[in-house]
Amino acid sequence: MKNFLLQLFFLLFVNNALLCMEKNDQELKIFKNLRCLICQGQSVADSNSDFAQTIKLVVKDKLKDGKSENEIYDFLVSKYGEWIVYKPQMNKTNFILWASPYLILISGLILFFYLMRKRHK
Amino acid sequence: MNRILKYISILSLPIFILLIFFLALERENQYTTKNLVGKKIQDFELKSLNQENFINQESLIGNNYTLINFWASWCAPCREENSALIKIKNQLGLKILGINFKDKKNHAKNFLKDYGNPYYTIGIDKDGTTSVNFGVFGIPESILIDKNFIILKKFIGPIEEEDFMEIKNIINK
Repeated sequence: MKNFLLQLFFLLFVNNALLCMEKNDQELKIFKNLRCLICQGQSVADSNSDFAQTIKLVVKDKLKDGKSENEIYDFLVSKYGEWIVYKPQMNKTNFILWASPYLILISGLILFFYLMRKRHK
Repeated sequence: MNRILKYISILSLPIFILLIFFLALERENQYTTKNLVGKKIQDFELKSLNQENFINQESLIGNNYTLINFWASWCAPCREENSALIKIKNQLGLKILGINFKDKKNHAKNFLKDYGNPYYTIGIDKDGTTSVNFGVFGIPESILIDKNFIILKKFIGPIEEEDFMEIKNIINK
């Protein structure tokens, strides 16, 4: 019985620690993708400024409210513009930047196969 | 055909690089307020400085225009700005809602005693999270809204003489 309780306690402890780590990982991931608007080249994760601390609180509150990562980015972009995120989401203005690596790869492959076929002939 | 393909492949790289540069130059690389102008302010609820009631959008009903000013006693530019806000209140009759940002209550009260009170009501944003809903990233900042709670203009930094004139022009239109 004593062993069972000990094992149960240990299991709960590990489970809680893992959950906490997962939550912190998600917070950190979001903080790292947010730019500190009043700092020189620092993310919200790296900065201890007033602005960064406030944004950290807002992100934590939103996560507590069950908001997803993208919903948090959308909210902050609506308030501070696209400049606040390091990795901008795809939209019609930056579509070409997102699509160009794939387009280049596909056109390169087409060109490669075309030239190979021609050489064989 | 072979020649055309060769030209296309040679030309495509510089065109692609130029296009990337062009798009990068077009991109905003600093915080602007253009996202907020024309949008309605988000619902908010703040405790008032005198702790008697809560301040929310309903507190703004009846004002044709309202200036929402974010300030704190520890903010040096807010001291400079205070006289301009008093001028706006007295000369333009504009209602100014003060949002006290990350401050101590007694410090805020002392500030108003020392420099004068331009606000018709003051809410406390103790941890600064409500100010994020207004796109505030530092203080002082001010937002001019109309009776429908639409943001007409956002002022970053202390209100100065030219801002006073701009506010005057907007509300006298």
